[in-house]
Order: sequence, then structure tokens, then C-alpha cells
Amino acid sequence: MTPFILTLFLPLIGSIIILFLNKDNHKIIKYSTLFISILTFLISLILFFQFDSNNPNIQFYINQIWISSIDAGFRIGMDGMSMLLVMLTTFISPIAILSSFDSIHHRQKEYYFMILLLQFAMTGVFVAMDIFLFYIFWELILIPMYFIIGIWGGKNKLYATVKFFLFTIVGSLFMLVGVIWLANYAGNNILGTGFTTDFIKIRDVASQIPFDNQVWLFWAFAVSFFIKVPLFPLHTWLPDAHTEAPTPGSVILAGILLKMGTYGLIRFNLELFTQASINFAPLISWFAVIGIIYGALVAAVQVDIKRLVAYSSVSHLGFVVLGIFSMTALGIQGAIIQMVNHGLSTGMLFLLVGMIYERRHTREIAEYGGIARIMPVYATFFAIAMFSSVGLPGLNGFVGEYMTLIGAFTSPILNNWAFGIVAALGVIFAAVYLLWMYQRVFFGTNDNPANHHLTDLTKREWTMLVPLVLFIVWIGVYPSTFTNYSENSTRKLINTIEKQKFNRVPFPEIEAMQSDTLNNISKQIEK
Amino acid sequence: MDIQLITYIFSTYMLPILVASTFSVLVPLLDVWSKKNKQIVFYATLFNFLIVIASSTNLLINYSNIKEFYLYLGGYTSLFDILFSVAGIMTLFATKQYLEKENYNLKEFYSLLNFAFLGMMIINHSANLLLLFLGIELMSISFFVLSGFIRTKMSAIEASLKYFLLGAFATGFLVYGMALIYGATGSIEYTIIARKLATSQFDATFLAIGFALMLVGLAFKSSVFPFHNWAPDVYTGAPTVVTSFMSTAGKAASFVAFILITKHILLPNDKIEELATTSWGMITEQSGFIIAILSSATMLIGNITALVQKNVKRMLAYSSVAHAGYILMGVVSNNVDGWAGISYYSAAYILMQIGAFVVVSLIEKQDDNRLNLEDYNGLSKSNPFLAAAMGIFMFSLVGLPPFGGFIGKYYLFLSAIESGYLWLTIVAVIASLISVYFYIGLIINMYFREQSNPIEKIHLGMANISIIIAIVGILVLGILPDVLLPTATSVFTNF
Repeated sequence: MTPFILTLFLPLIGSIIILFLNKDNHKIIKYSTLFISILTFLISLILFFQFDSNNPNIQFYINQIWISSIDAGFRIGMDGMSMLLVMLTTFISPIAILSSFDSIHHRQKEYYFMILLLQFAMTGVFVAMDIFLFYIFWELILIPMYFIIGIWGGKNKLYATVKFFLFTIVGSLFMLVGVIWLANYAGNNILGTGFTTDFIKIRDVASQIPFDNQVWLFWAFAVSFFIKVPLFPLHTWLPDAHTEAPTPGSVILAGILLKMGTYGLIRFNLELFTQASINFAPLISWFAVIGIIYGALVAAVQVDIKRLVAYSSVSHLGFVVLGIFSMTALGIQGAIIQMVNHGLSTGMLFLLVGMIYERRHTREIAEYGGIARIMPVYATFFAIAMFSSVGLPGLNGFVGEYMTLIGAFTSPILNNWAFGIVAALGVIFAAVYLLWMYQRVFFGTNDNPANHHLTDLTKREWTMLVPLVLFIVWIGVYPSTFTNYSENSTRKLINTIEKQKFNRVPFPEIEAMQSDTLNNISKQIEK
Repeated sequence: MDIQLITYIFSTYMLPILVASTFSVLVPLLDVWSKKNKQIVFYATLFNFLIVIASSTNLLINYSNIKEFYLYLGGYTSLFDILFSVAGIMTLFATKQYLEKENYNLKEFYSLLNFAFLGMMIINHSANLLLLFLGIELMSISFFVLSGFIRTKMSAIEASLKYFLLGAFATGFLVYGMALIYGATGSIEYTIIARKLATSQFDATFLAIGFALMLVGLAFKSSVFPFHNWAPDVYTGAPTVVTSFMSTAGKAASFVAFILITKHILLPNDKIEELATTSWGMITEQSGFIIAILSSATMLIGNITALVQKNVKRMLAYSSVAHAGYILMGVVSNNVDGWAGISYYSAAYILMQIGAFVVVSLIEKQDDNRLNLEDYNGLSKSNPFLAAAMGIFMFSLVGLPPFGGFIGKYYLFLSAIESGYLWLTIVAVIASLISVYFYIGLIINMYFREQSNPIEKIHLGMANISIIIAIVGILVLGILPDVLLPTATSVFTNF
């Protein structure tokens, strides 16, 4: 259990340590932050190997009483999906922190405090198995991110950060009403044991919530998640926030924060409000498909590289949402691996954009041209990230998009080929806008004198990029290492869905395993 | 009753209120006796609050509540006594520096503070309408004087006069309502009134009118819509330290009165369905609905008006109106969870609102200078500690975790949903959304904006203690709610 607790709390402990360091001693602050986040990554690796990927249930489950009178417990645990996303968090965070060394120059102490606090809250979101605890972590993200964009952001940071804050809180306050209503209904009316926010207890009785109420609850939760994803047409905060945030902020925002929304959709909407999810799947899939095309088209006309990458997120996350609401094993598996992929490839793209911004202090595509000749290594890395984002076979992006598209095609719930066909167009558009941008920035004539003396990548920048490339190729060539982790928990979810919709169990072997592990959990609770 | 028992009750249950009464008489005398020692009234007042906290904590932990000498003792009264004293201590530490800055360091201030505090305690302990009235008047009259304490300042005089005239009018409603309720039921004691109502020995018309009139009076005292108009003017004009005490502890005391009245005069929640057709049932249902409407209107209007304020004090004053609306949700629920929610939220509210007012009182200069929102620009650079503290108070007022305001709000929402007021919760959520904008606006000014002539490094002095109490309290209430929440629930379970 200790590695799990440490993975969650080490960043928090670190942030408190940072508070007590001398604010002028930048070196110690920087390196201790980096050290803490690398240590967290190493500890989470232990967790990764301890995890039993055959087990479809929640593992490492910890259940501590926290607030007795509203039965909000400190309940944390992980299933396959959580495991992958926690790994993504602990992996991206040190890279983002390393990139801060170049891009954050003032108020460093506050910055590193905020970023560790952010890592703590993000990890918490992915492991919370209590709805109240989940909500706390979900809201806790808001404060550090608000300051990171607002203090260390670009020219329009004020507008961007307020917009980010307001959008997020609109969603989450309605989720709060949903949380309380659900906890009251499940606790008092179904279980009869009084108000509770225990996720596992509620999940086991969630199918008894009447459909009419499920609809309301579905939207109370979903709107909050859709804003975070962001799903068209709730995406307008994203380009501003991404563009104005400092490089590490964008990396974390794109790499991890957006995944909280899609994670929430699977964890809460699909698992708890299954009937409502089935009912609204086509509607939401349409929005996802529109988002894919819209994001791609808008990205194509951007003049700012960072904004282009930001809009590409809208498009890519559309695939994830489509995969989720295809409600097939393949689609959801694809969505989960696509979350990781997007974190790696878009995170890398933002890092690369940040690197050239540090050298030239502009992100206008028109300012560049012929960079490939001046910075060949940089151009190579950029090409890898771009091809991963486009979905070139052999790199990670292809795997995820392919799986989600197959999911959309074969989905018995969507039951319509149109989703897959239109979404596949998005893949082509992605190739168009990214390759076009690449061509304008890296090829052509190098006639801007300001670009003539750009230096190629430093050692530190190599250190940031190489691990990302490693995983981009790894997932592209042999995705099973990672998809295995979420396979069984996804199958279990599909069993729940299909049982309610078609009254059949597509993966009976998972069903047989459930009873054993439930016993394990109850044993742990008794301890 | 034999003498031993009386001595026992006096030395345990009665101790807090006896101490408070003694000191409120003693402090003015000390002021006269010791002309040389200028500090003594300050320390006497502090001592008073500390003893009340100590004895009430003892009562809360070791004794259950009783009713004796027309007073409720122990139980929930101890909980609120502690809250009032904490508010008193926090105000007290900020007071000295503030009065010196305004050149009004007169000792009468402390006497009045003690009287107001005693008034709150009497409201809190009262077991009949007459004592309730006495408490409300003692508290209000002290506040009338306190808000005009800086008597050479026009805005303060205006505040005081406005508060006095309107307050006297509201008192008229209150006392008329009490008289009618006495007429309708034949008693002024809460428990006897409740018993008469349960055995239907009452006059429904007079009860309804009496209850409505009392509602008006109490709504005025706690600045609930549509009787909230005095609050922004008074809260802005009064000395900042007075505002901090009056808008928190004073409000909490008014809500205790609300709880006492609604609890004893309205039907208990679990019996509404079986008695819905009786006149009592109808009065209850309609009053519940009316209070819910008042609650939602209060929070919406408070927050919407706060949006356009340029003056920090006025913004906080409107936000204080809005918070009265949130707390009223607990009155609407009229069950244990609602009352527990009120006490929890009051605790969090006292800490965050006084904290915010203390920061305001430190930053403002003589003659209402430096009270505008723009004056806070760049505060995080010139005074990082004050800015961080104000940031925490603002986030807590918004209701963001992991701060105390969030848990309080959560519990109030929970109680409203449990008693079937889902729509009220949704209104409260919308109101909170509106409030985000102006609370965050202050943080934007402090952290993201710069100022050409920054504020000098402000000497905190003793006010530092108030701010630290507030920050620690808010964090404890937000992260470890089990410190207070089970107590808050249990004291109301058998009252």
C-alpha cells in the first residue's frame, strides 16, 4: 500500500517543503521540485509492476473514514484505466517541470509550489473512489492552474485565466448538486443506510436509479466533464487557456487535465448512469464528430503555432469521446489509449513550440521558414511529434484513432456508420493542417534574418524529448503493454452496459472473476 | 430546588453567561477606575472571551443541554457561545490598531463590544420570547452606537442613524409578533408554545400573523431580502472592525433566533405529511415556502449587486447579504442537518468574513481612503502574506475546497436536498456562480495586476493573530470537518 500512498502524497509533501525554502535560492527550489517529481515517477513504476492486469476490479483499495457524518471517506484505488492515467501524470509532470527551468523566470517559489500541488490534485482525481473526494480533487485543480495561467502566462493571460476559471466552475457546481442528490438518493432511498458518497457502494446499486432521474444526473455530471474535455461547443476556453499558459502549463493542461474530463465520463457517466448514457450516446457522438471536424478546420487557418496545436486538441479529444460513447470494448480501449497518446504527442508538440518560442519570442507561422536547415534535430523531433499526432501507422496516434474508429463502426448502440465515416475524415484533415504548418515552418526559404542564428536543441531539451519519443514509438509498435492494463476493466464495463441494453454478457469470463475480487475488497474493508 | 443544585448549575452550566454579564458590567467600571492603565479594558475583554470559550468548551464536551431559569444551557448554546467569542477575539485583535489609525482609541468601544456580545449570548440562551427580545435589543442597541463610533465622520453618523431608525421600526414588528403569538397560544415559553400547538390549543389567525411579523423583524436583523437595504450602507459606513463583528457574529445570533422560532412554532419536518391539512400544517408549509423564496432572493440579489461594487467594504457587505441567504437554507430545511449546517457554515463564515475585514482594516487609511478594489492591485508583491490570506478568504467565500466555506455549503445544500428543496439548491448554485466573478476579481487585482505606486509594507501588529486564527480555522474546517461536524449534528439531535 505504501507506494500508492506515496505516489499520491509525495507531490503534496514536496509542495509544502517548497513553501519553507528560501525564495531567492532558485537552484535548490528547482532541483528539489524535479527530484520530488522524478521520485514520484519511480515509485509509481513500482505500482505499475505490482498491478495485476488480469483483475478487472479496483486494486490497492484503501478505505479510511474521513467525514463521518456525511460518510465521505478517504477511499482511493485504481483499476486499469486509472493506472494508465496515473502513470501518464507521473511521467508528464517531471518533463513539464524540467521545461519550466527554461520558461519560468520570476516568482519561482510560488510557481514550483503550485505545480506540485497541481500534480497532487491530478493524481487524486484519477484514484479517488469516493465521489466527494473526487469532487475535492477536481476543484483543487482549479486554484493552481488559475495562478499558473494568470501569473506566468502570455499577453492575454487575464482574459484566458478568468475564462478558464468560470467555464470550469460553472460545470463543477452543477456537478456538486448532482453529487449531493446522488449520494442522498442512493444512500437514503436505495441502500437505506444513510447519506453516502462511497463510489463502489453507489455503483453497485446505480442501475436501480429511475431513468428520469438518471437523465438529470447524467447531465449534471456530463456538462462538467464536457467542459473539461472540451467537447464542441463548450471548447472556447481551451484555445485561450492553452495559448496564454506558459509552456509547462500547456503541457500539463493538454497532457493531463483534459483527460480528467474523459476519465470522468467513463468512470461516472458510463458506470453509474448507464441507461442514460446509452440513451444519449448518439447525440453526444454527433457532438464529438462535429468537434473532430470543426477543430481540424479551425486549426488549419490558425496563424499561431500554439493555437493550432490547441485546436488540434479539440479535434483529437473528439475521437476519445466518440470512442467512449461507441460503448464497445474496442472503442473504450481505444479511447483510453488515445488519452495517453494525446498526452504524449500534444504534450511534446507544446514543448517543441515552447522551445522555439524561447529562442525567437514569437509563434507566428509567417515568421518562420526553412528552420529544418538551421535546427535539424529540432525539426526531426517536431516531425515525430507531428506524425504521432497525425496518426501515422507505427506511431502511437494510429493505434488509438484506429481503435476508436473501429469501435464507432461496429457499435451496436450507435448502430450507424456515419459516425465512423465522418470521424475518419478528421484523420485526413489532421494530416492537412499539421503537414501544411510543418511545411511552412520548416521548409521553404529561410529569408527572415532573425532566424539565421537559432541554435539547435540543448542537452536539457534532449532529455525532455527522448523519453516522450520512446513511448510514442513503443505504443505505436507494441501497444499491448499498455492496453492489457485497461482491457479487463473495460470488458467489465461493457458487460454492465450490454446487460442493461441487450440483456447479454459479452465477456462471461470477467463476470466469473468479479465475485472473487469483490470478496477481496470486503476482506480489506474488514481489516 | 435545593441550594446545592443551584450552586452546581451556577458553577457549571451558567458559568459562560455569568462571566459575560459580569464582565460587561465590569469593563465600563474598570475604564473609570484605572485611568492610568490604558490596556486594562482590552485585556479584560480578551479575558472575558477566553473564559467563555474555556467554560463553553467544557460544557460542550462533558455535559448535555438542560433548560433552567428560562435559559437553555449547554449543548448548542455552548457551540454558538464559542463561535461568538472567537469572532470577538478576532475583532478585538484588529481593533486597537484600527482605532489608533483613526485617532479614536476610546475605551468605550470595549464596553460596547462586551454588551453586544452579551446580547448575542442572551439570544442564544433564551428559552422564551421575552428573553429573546431582550437579547436582540441589547445586541442591536450596542451596534447602533458602535456603528456611529467615529462620530466626526459623516458616513458613520449616517450609518448609525439609518441603522437605528430602521432597526427601531423592525423591533416594532418583532415585538408585535411576539405579542400576537402570546395571544394565540397563551404562553411566551417556546416549549409551552410548541406543546399548545401540538395539542391544537391555539388561534390559527393570530399565530399566522404573529409568526409573519416576527419573520419580518428577524429578516431585518439578519439582512434578509427584502429587508436588507440598510446593510450595505451600515456595513460600509461603520468602522471596519465593527462591521466585521456585526456582519458575522451578529448575523449568526440572528440565525439562532431564526432556528429557535422556526423550530418551536413550525411543524417538525417528519410530521408535515400527516398534518398537512390542519391549519398548523398549512402555516408551516406556506412559511417554509416563503422562507425559501426569501432565501433564494437574498442570495441572488446580494451577489448580483456585489458584482458592480467598486468599494471593497461595500462588496463584502453585499456578499454578507448573500451569505445570509445561504444560511437561511438551513432554516428552510428545518431539520437537524439544516441546523448543523447553519452552525458549521456560521463557523466558517465568521472566520473567513472577519479575516477578510481584518485585511481590509489593515489596508485602509484614515477617512475611508484606500478602500477601492483598484487599491489592491499588486498587493501580492508589496504584502505577500496579506494577499495570500485574502486569497484564501476569497476562495473560501466562493466555496472552493479545501476550505471551510466549501464543507459548510455542501452541508447546507445537502440538508436542503434532503428536505426536498432541490430547486433552492440550484438557485444557490447559480448564486455561487455569480459570486465567483467578484471574489475572483479581487484576487486578479492582487495577483495579476500591477500598481504604479504600490502599497507600503503594512505593519500587522496584533491583527496578525486574527488573520492566523482565520487561516488555520478555515483550513481545519475544510480538511478535517470531523472536528466540528459530528458535534454540530449531535447538539441539535436532542434539543
